[in-house]
Amino acid sequence: MPFARKPQVFSASINELTLGTGDKAITLGGQNVYNLYTFDGPIANAPKIGIDVSDEAEQPSPGLTAFYEGCTTMAEKAKKAAALDHVDFVNLHFASADPNGANKSVEDCVADAKAVAEAIDKPIVISGCKNPEKDAELFSKIAEALQGKNILVLSAREENYKGIAAGVGLAYGQKVGAESAVDINLAKQLNVLITQMGLDGKNIAMNVGSAAAGYGFEYVVSTLERVKAAALSQNDNTLQMPIITPVGSETWAVKEATATEADAPEWGAQEERGIDMEVETAAACLAYGSDAVILKHPESIKTVSQLIAALM
Amino acid sequence: MALKGLDIFKLTPKTNCKDCGSPTCMAFAMKVAQGAVPIEKCPHMSAEALATLSEATAPPMKSFKLGDHPLGGETVLSRHEKTFVSKTLYGVQVCDCMDAAKQDAVIASIPTVDYERISERMYVETISVRHSADKSADDYVALINKVKGLGRPLLLDCTDVDVAKAAVAAAAGCDFILNGANEENYADMSAIAKEAKVLLGVRAASLDALHETVEKLEAAGNKDLILDVGSASIKDAYANAVEIRRAALKDGDRTFGYPSIVNVAALANGDAHMEAALLSLFTCKYGSIVICSEMTYAKALPLYGLRQNIFTDPQKPMKVTPGIYPINGADENSPCCLTVDFALTYFLQDAGESADYRCLRYVRPDRLGRRQVLQLLHQEVHGRV
Repeated sequence: MPFARKPQVFSASINELTLGTGDKAITLGGQNVYNLYTFDGPIANAPKIGIDVSDEAEQPSPGLTAFYEGCTTMAEKAKKAAALDHVDFVNLHFASADPNGANKSVEDCVADAKAVAEAIDKPIVISGCKNPEKDAELFSKIAEALQGKNILVLSAREENYKGIAAGVGLAYGQKVGAESAVDINLAKQLNVLITQMGLDGKNIAMNVGSAAAGYGFEYVVSTLERVKAAALSQNDNTLQMPIITPVGSETWAVKEATATEADAPEWGAQEERGIDMEVETAAACLAYGSDAVILKHPESIKTVSQLIAALM
Repeated sequence: MALKGLDIFKLTPKTNCKDCGSPTCMAFAMKVAQGAVPIEKCPHMSAEALATLSEATAPPMKSFKLGDHPLGGETVLSRHEKTFVSKTLYGVQVCDCMDAAKQDAVIASIPTVDYERISERMYVETISVRHSADKSADDYVALINKVKGLGRPLLLDCTDVDVAKAAVAAAAGCDFILNGANEENYADMSAIAKEAKVLLGVRAASLDALHETVEKLEAAGNKDLILDVGSASIKDAYANAVEIRRAALKDGDRTFGYPSIVNVAALANGDAHMEAALLSLFTCKYGSIVICSEMTYAKALPLYGLRQNIFTDPQKPMKVTPGIYPINGADENSPCCLTVDFALTYFLQDAGESADYRCLRYVRPDRLGRRQVLQLLHQEVHGRV
């Protein structure tokens, strides 16, 4: 008997979400087959790669320090980052805004964001400092300053979604991210709450959680899979938003990536460990359902980009 | 496709003799349909009935062992549907086309990755020994003899029947797979594998050809197989790995109900970071044995952690042995944090090891909720900073 193929093609599909403007705009999602399953049907929009550009001075590895050599402002860093071939979008990560850390002012963050927007053409995503109040303010002010740029804020959470839905989505027509902690029901609930505020579900992207490989990553795996399964096989339109997973900010914080060679001589060069941790975590996220990953290291970005190209 | 209780009942003696332990044949048939009791429990079933039923109620994917390592036996495509059962095994490739110095270097590097992570030994489980067409049987046998010393199961990656015979003789005494058969040589290779009582790896130019070759092997009486997804391209290998597994577990195609071999050394073409990416990809997506050109700590540390995470049973979260764990050189005068024994909680703290605190971590199994534990940690840690 010949092999009887049974492609899984769904009548439902993941929403298409466009970021940025002009010829550098990108589109996430749109597929009606499982991610990377091009053998089941054509996938119009390949998964995308963003580069994480932090406003903190220190870089997690010597290679990254060398890459950003000579860049003092966020705009200079973003310009260097955006120039990489395989980068589809730039994630401006305002970690310094953390009230328990440097407590950088919202005004300074807005000034940085404006400078970046003038320096680069590629789409811009804004990430905050994880403090819900500060982030809500930060996102709204930047949404206003970058009106017309079609940016995405990553993200609204259960604690602050009202202000962000209103102040970013409704007020300035920017895209809104919805973040939850590896729980499909919380992800669904947050999307429902945000759309109840008046935002179209098609203008939302999800961050369903993230972790470095080995650090409870199975929760990320199962959440990604279950969300995509619900979206496609059950046509659950509260879960059809594309998924963006921040990878680099998680992976460059674990000891496998940060321990110096002096501290862990048998582990070998720190740079290689950091890159492989980032690459392997990203590959797994893409395999299980991420439509975009955010990475830090140019080597990781190149490898993951080549992987995506090979699979498409 | 599982047989329904009624279909099974039709094949029973219908005497209600109770020898099987169930009150009636119908009750017994229902239990068999659920998988609660094996069909063999009925001592009065006819041989034909047993054969029909065994085939129909058999698991969708065969189970084997390579040495002590389980292979196959999967029943679901996603871990959250139930659990995965046979963790991906990794291997490093050596080839008789490598010069002696290179062979020795690769062989010497294999044992260097060997460590423990949450009570599990992480190391390179297998070695794939490749035969190049332009080398002789003697070259191949010499390499096999070198590699045997590492004491790990082997994959004999050779499609030349005569060389395979010599290789199998040389590998006697080891656990190994003969990888092996293709569309042309499968009959001869199968005979060699059967005599040596080893699994036969099967490859083909296309999925259709692979399906046909497996059917022929099964018809000839060999069901001890493992399927090589091929190395024409990353795209093809990925498609094959997924389609083979999905055909067996979802679409009821038993011909593809076998574990898989993925050679990412061949796919990555010397790019170490691409190998890392592919090792991860095929751990996620249905690689039973994944072969690379070199295992380093850089590749291994994320990979074995990933594998450990994916292959946990969702109903049994990983646990850390209860006890007292010093962090950053803590002693009896350091503050003590209390945590639950879930590995996830261990990692949340472990990730913070570079922070400016020293403490003892007292891990105990308890029904403390995660929120309570984190509150306790927060109080302990931030109170001292």
